[in-house]
Amino acid sequence: MPEALAILLLFQLAGDALARVTGLPVPGPVLGFALLFLVLLARRDRLGRLPDAASGLHSHLSLLFVPAGTGVLLYLPALAREWVPIVAAVVTSTLVGLVVTALVARALMRRVTPLPPGTASIAPGMDIARDEATA
Amino acid sequence: MTPDTPPRDLFQLWVYLSSTPLFGLAATLIAYVIGLRLQRAARGHPLANPVLLAISVLAIVLQLTGIAYPRYFEGAQFVHFLLGPATVAFAVPLVTQLPTLVRLRWPLLVALAAGGIASGATAVLVAWLLGASDVTILSLVPKSITAPIAMGISEQIGGVPTLTAVFCIFTGILGASLSGALLTRLGIHDRVVRGFALGNAAHGIGAAQAFQEDTEAGAFAGLALALHGLIGAVAIPATVLLFRR
Repeated sequence: MPEALAILLLFQLAGDALARVTGLPVPGPVLGFALLFLVLLARRDRLGRLPDAASGLHSHLSLLFVPAGTGVLLYLPALAREWVPIVAAVVTSTLVGLVVTALVARALMRRVTPLPPGTASIAPGMDIARDEATA
Repeated sequence: MTPDTPPRDLFQLWVYLSSTPLFGLAATLIAYVIGLRLQRAARGHPLANPVLLAISVLAIVLQLTGIAYPRYFEGAQFVHFLLGPATVAFAVPLVTQLPTLVRLRWPLLVALAAGGIASGATAVLVAWLLGASDVTILSLVPKSITAPIAMGISEQIGGVPTLTAVFCIFTGILGASLSGALLTRLGIHDRVVRGFALGNAAHGIGAAQAFQEDTEAGAFAGLALALHGLIGAVAIPATVLLFRR
């Protein structure tokens, strides 16, 4: 586990350094994500404890947004002035974004040939069974 | 000693405790646990979102105790800091989903662009029609992108970065709360599509919701938010520049 966390922090550091050097308007962790993805492509049979560390961090990802979210308090007066257009714009555009992404992805995915059996991470038949269970 | 005035040492104890970083850290975790309990009590009702509930609890506590946000953040930053490694770690589930990713690269890229453009254009149009100021409109444009990138974009195009961060969190909570019922009603049950749409429209908080549904959905939410961030960082400033000419 310490190795996995060290790897994640190392790539975050590398991403930060790359963002600094290149002046890209992309934050370090996102570049770190891209770098780690490229490196792991070459060694995806030997991930070690990385999957455990990743699922540990992701199982309560929403907790990590609470401190920044509480900062909304500081902007309540600014928001109060234009709350009608803001709420309307955020609500409609978020719903439109969700629906358009999902419908376009589904429409185009139907044209893609399905994976030959054995190469998928999950057997095709299971998708339907699990969807019905969660629906 | 009257019941109205607390004993002096108890008051001093509170002054001490509320000034240590431990307060902000403990308050964040307790508020989140309360949020999770309430979500469970409401049987996963869309509006009982744990982030929204935790923020509301903290807002009330900070207002009542008079603790300023910067002091709260001294402790809460330890939780906030983990967003960095968590973002880097999106690479891991993605690599384990590689066969699906390679097979679906074109549908996903086109859906990413379509969803990104549609949500950005809708935000601008609705805000403009309802008479929002130019600064507010510009601050709204990158709101579907993960907050740290969106703030950089907002600064570049003439918005207010902190206002954009607020819009991002609002978007994330809204997307995470409403996506489940909305996508199910549209008949979208494929976990890849659900996760990808959540990540594209509601970035990190959407991804958090996707991870609660399933690891596969979470992996594709992480992919969507990272790609949307990387592409948006280049495409949005370029588009705004084009319109200004």
